[in-house]
Amino acid sequence: MLQLAWLLLAFPAAGALINTFLGSRFSKPTIGWIASGTVAASFVVSLGLLLGLLGLPGEERVITLPLWDWITIGDFRAPTALLIDPLSVTMALVVTGVGALIHVYAIGYMFDDERFQRFFVYLNFFVFAMLILVMSDNFLGMYVGWEGVGLASYLLIGFWFDKRDDTYGYYADAGKKAFLVNRVGDFGMALAIMILWTSLGSVTFLDVFQAAPASLSSGVATAIALLLLLAATGKSAQIPLYVWLPDAMAGPTPVSALIHAATMVTAGIYMIARTHVLWELGPSAANLAAWIGGLTALMAASIALVQVDLKKILAYSTISQLGYMVMGVGVGAYAFGIFHLITHAFFKALLFLAAGNVMHGLHGELDIRKMGGLREKMPTTYRLFLIGALALAGFPLMSGFFSKDGILLNVFGHSPLLYAIGLFTALLTAVYSFRAVFVPFWGQPRDKHLHEHAHESPPIMTRPLWVLAILAIVGGVLNLPFVLTLERWLEPAVGEPSFHPSLALEVSLLLVSAVVALAGIYLAYARYVKEIGWARRLQNALGPLQPLVEHKYYVDEFYDAAIVQPLKALARWFAEVFDPGIIDGSVHLIGRANLAAGERLRRLHNGLVPTYALSIFVGVVVLVMYLVFG
Amino acid sequence: MVPTSYYLILSAMIFAIGAVGVLVRRNALIILMCVEMMLNSVNLTLIALSRQWGNLNGQVFVFMIMAVAAAEVAVGLAILIANTRHRESINIDEIHLLKW
Repeated sequence: MLQLAWLLLAFPAAGALINTFLGSRFSKPTIGWIASGTVAASFVVSLGLLLGLLGLPGEERVITLPLWDWITIGDFRAPTALLIDPLSVTMALVVTGVGALIHVYAIGYMFDDERFQRFFVYLNFFVFAMLILVMSDNFLGMYVGWEGVGLASYLLIGFWFDKRDDTYGYYADAGKKAFLVNRVGDFGMALAIMILWTSLGSVTFLDVFQAAPASLSSGVATAIALLLLLAATGKSAQIPLYVWLPDAMAGPTPVSALIHAATMVTAGIYMIARTHVLWELGPSAANLAAWIGGLTALMAASIALVQVDLKKILAYSTISQLGYMVMGVGVGAYAFGIFHLITHAFFKALLFLAAGNVMHGLHGELDIRKMGGLREKMPTTYRLFLIGALALAGFPLMSGFFSKDGILLNVFGHSPLLYAIGLFTALLTAVYSFRAVFVPFWGQPRDKHLHEHAHESPPIMTRPLWVLAILAIVGGVLNLPFVLTLERWLEPAVGEPSFHPSLALEVSLLLVSAVVALAGIYLAYARYVKEIGWARRLQNALGPLQPLVEHKYYVDEFYDAAIVQPLKALARWFAEVFDPGIIDGSVHLIGRANLAAGERLRRLHNGLVPTYALSIFVGVVVLVMYLVFG
Repeated sequence: MVPTSYYLILSAMIFAIGAVGVLVRRNALIILMCVEMMLNSVNLTLIALSRQWGNLNGQVFVFMIMAVAAAEVAVGLAILIANTRHRESINIDEIHLLKW
């Protein structure tokens, strides 16, 4: 059965091709169902792989399925092969499962769009590229998928490339920003692969991980891990390369849910978990990753507190949650990083799609200051959003509670200070996620006109969300504390956990997490629903920080001044000085020199036969003299 | 028997006269005749050396050169006549269109 794993990739690819070439003859529902059906078929294949792996004993659950030789140049071999192990199958299940639900949702959400066909072609292409990324058995194949999802992300962020508004500027620019910022990270990935090849002579995961402990010095391993970290900060939106993700919200909401919350942005976490052997050889890089994750989580959560655009709140929340995951894999809790990745995929996709319903019902309005009282108008969406927010805030027994607590527990074993940052971030998470519940859905309508025209979305846009909602509630059973199903399952791929907490520690941290989550929710309730005095005073006390946070710590401005403008100035210098002066100048110089020489030489060519005859004669005489006397 | 060197010297003199004629004269007809002189001096050389070595190749060559020279003269004279009709002069200095 495992031999059929290639079907996993073949289905979305076929869907993209069919819709590309035949889509214009199909009706819109046909296009949508073909696209969704192929992803669902991939999901079925992933389930088959899961069952196939479960049928094997634990230590045999790493299987390479060679398809064909891709590149063979001398010693350099890059096969096209699939690596079927618990980690890749888990990722494939998340990508195709959540992906299929979002595809179905998108049929309803995008139905009135004129580029409906193109949208589904891109979406299927994305799933295809993402599956290459997670299934490939070597670094080069992963890199192909890595670039493929980057391309899909660029195409889909700029899907409405002709639109422009005050939030994002030209939508096409948001796509360009994402693509260019990611390029910085991808550069790290490419360099890391090159170093691996030169030092180990292989790019296949299993070969590299087998050879690495013996033949990689700790310095080289650290360098590789740092370059991989750069790649992860790009794709998974961490400091310093996170700036593209908020702008990526310019894309259609299903794209935000699928690519910029559930799957693509988690590629960095997958990559770190996949290459965990290298990180264990370079612990300082792993430590750096943990701190970058923690600081990103804190910073993004604080920005999410003051955003007024519903999707932007969720975008910063995604960055913050990705920070948790990076922190988790940074401290060596790979299974928990992947666990949070899975539960986050459930509840964040749910939140985004529910936000998409709000946007759909309010004709594109996303400013939560204009909403309010939407509970009565959109009861289903409200319930879905509430479930998502509970899971995000880490409400006890929801999926997000267990996964976040698992990461925090492992972080505690690594560094209590980092744990404190993570815990404070958890508080902020609860506050901003319930601000996003209370302000739009509770209270009185703030914009009467908007409120009157609000309407609930059709069933096709709510039913897939119920699946996600149920998963967001019960997703925690994947890896309950002390049971640790997922951790055991992932062991063949990511190794055994290094941190073994005591029972008392584990229980007390669980309680602390629960209290923090409830406190955060209450804080949001006190401030945004009851408007209790002390909560207002707390906000006023923090008032001086507000402009700083509202401007997102001026990071975009800083990058603009420190990187973008100097680069533009440099490019302008090249375009206006260097190119016309040096490049064109040297070409012109050669041309002019030839012209001048020709101008002199043409005097010799006077058209008089005797002159020519004389020069021939002189030439012959010289030649003869040379032959005779020379 | 006349030594071969006599022939060669005579031939060199004819060649020199022809070459000087080509270079210093301005009448195109005379230049053409001088070119013929140079050709025939070479013919003389070939025949003289052919006789010296008892090898007939040189004489065969001369026949070829005479045939070619006849053709060349036909073409050259035709050009001259055409040019004369055009500008009523055979002064070589006035024929200078072949330049930049």
